Amino acid sequence: MRKQKKSGSVGRFWMMTAFALTFISGIYAERLGFLQFTMDNPEEIWMLFVEHIQLVLISSAISIGIGVPTGILLTRGFMRSYRDWILNILGICQTVPSLAVIAIAMTYLGIGKKTAIFALVIYGLLPIIRNSVAGLAGINPVILDAGKGMGMTPAQLLFKVELPNAMYIILTGIRTSTVINVGTAAMSFLVGGGGLGDLIFSGIAMVDAGYMLAGAVPTAALAIFMNWFIGKMEGWIVSDGLVYEK
Amino acid sequence: MIRLERLTKIYPGSTIPAVDNVSLHIPEGEICILIGSSGCGKTTLMRMINRLEPITSGTIKIDGKDVTHMDVIALRRSIGYAIQQIGLFPHMTVFENITVVPKLLGWNKKQMNERVDELLSLVNLDPAIYRDRYPRELSGGQAQRIGVTRAMAANPPVMLMDEPFGAIDPINREVLQDEFLKIQEKLKKTIVFVTHDIHEAVKMGDRIALLDAGNLIQYATPEELLTRPKNQFVKDFVGADRALKRLDLLKVADAMLKNPVRCSTEDASEKILERMVEKNLNYLLVTAPGNHLVGYVNIDMLRGHKGVVGDLARPMSITVRPDQNLKDALSKMLTYDIGIVVAVDDQGVLQGILNSKTLVSVVGETYDEHGGHWGNITTGGRIL
Repeated sequence: MRKQKKSGSVGRFWMMTAFALTFISGIYAERLGFLQFTMDNPEEIWMLFVEHIQLVLISSAISIGIGVPTGILLTRGFMRSYRDWILNILGICQTVPSLAVIAIAMTYLGIGKKTAIFALVIYGLLPIIRNSVAGLAGINPVILDAGKGMGMTPAQLLFKVELPNAMYIILTGIRTSTVINVGTAAMSFLVGGGGLGDLIFSGIAMVDAGYMLAGAVPTAALAIFMNWFIGKMEGWIVSDGLVYEK
Repeated sequence: MIRLERLTKIYPGSTIPAVDNVSLHIPEGEICILIGSSGCGKTTLMRMINRLEPITSGTIKIDGKDVTHMDVIALRRSIGYAIQQIGLFPHMTVFENITVVPKLLGWNKKQMNERVDELLSLVNLDPAIYRDRYPRELSGGQAQRIGVTRAMAANPPVMLMDEPFGAIDPINREVLQDEFLKIQEKLKKTIVFVTHDIHEAVKMGDRIALLDAGNLIQYATPEELLTRPKNQFVKDFVGADRALKRLDLLKVADAMLKNPVRCSTEDASEKILERMVEKNLNYLLVTAPGNHLVGYVNIDMLRGHKGVVGDLARPMSITVRPDQNLKDALSKMLTYDIGIVVAVDDQGVLQGILNSKTLVSVVGETYDEHGGHWGNITTGGRIL
């Protein structure tokens, strides 16, 4: 009981701090013209916001759709000798700046949403593949032996044993990838992909802080939300039998 | 039931066989122990039976059917599999772990519920408490129990067990072994049981196959392995204390002297005293009608007493049961510093008597094959 009270008071402290910060940043934003701009152009911001979310969701979905199966493939017996090799190459690719990935994609695909999504998919792939491999390869071989010995087919072993046990680490990869994706998606504007980058880059170009913040604040909020949401999802999906630092 | 014929396993890239031309037959309903030092091929041999290791040459037949001709998945589902590291699935509850194979075999929910409750009760775990726990919430001994339970879930006629009690402390291991033997007595499964512990082998096995460097050295009953080791290797393996190991194997009933000399509670003290002096006995067992043990009397107690022996008899504080093993009996005798212990059954009926001399001579049979003699407890029933 006492403990609860204490955590309540700590919560109150943070709440107060958050209120204070919001208040201060609100004044600051108002000075920079952020609020004025937002109030003047709600439809445009909303449209770009939706577009941004679309970019993120579509590209992340494709990244997961490609990344998790690739991770599964890389941990199958026959791929074992190539695994590190492929992961190293992917690691090197990841060091290429996101802007460069978008630029390279543009030289082949021209401009538009497709190019943006393609680049985002490529850029978001590595954390997912790497974590899928780490999660699946890190499973205690004893439980795989037990499953095999009890007569599970390779597919049953994968879906009933391997994936549930690797899920926490795979979801962490997805979370990292998605959060990065929210930020990178802002660059879609540069290849005509739309999204909140429109406001950010235009604002920078026009040296209009209010304009820029109208893009930057929702982007940041979206990233924070995605991080929180996928974290919550981990709690729902991952079995209670696997206790990590939840 | 299980017949291995000229079974050989050579791992790829190796020239030395891990299992070399092993033939053995495991009769139905028996526990066959595969024993040997690490790397002797015992686990490999076991894993070939459910084809977790491909067979290089030779055949394995279960119920006359060649396992290589069976569908490997169906084969494995029909064989219980328990391993030393337990391998419970951490993301599944106890219930889900136990029902893995039943689920694969398509049992319905009701069948699975009943089976889980039945099995948990069998291994002395309260289903209400344990069925929804996760493996991380179990102690080592509980997890081992669940591991064995899981192997038995779909009631397979054959079970493979690779040191199933290996990962727990000696006290809990004894308990689990006893529990398991009790279950086995009822279920009569054909079990291939891998261990490196000769004590466990002697205790659990109906037959023991001793392996060394992939070769089958001796395949015999525990009794035979201890009393007639085939060669020096077997002797060394079972250990210089193999005589003591027999204590695990033998029951009190095997070594006790039946029909010890005794008197009845109704007998007159003076007469008994007379006979005891005559026969040079210091003490005497006293039984009630129906051969129920009452206690004992000694000469000093009887002197000068008029009446029946029953009034004087002192109860025995320490007794053993005929089905206890000799190790327990000897340990009791040593603990309470008594030279003689009386065996009574659960109803209190006198069965026999055990003294340190007979114990030593029974155990001594291991050393000299010409046997020993019984020492000199007086037997022959009623003294009067």
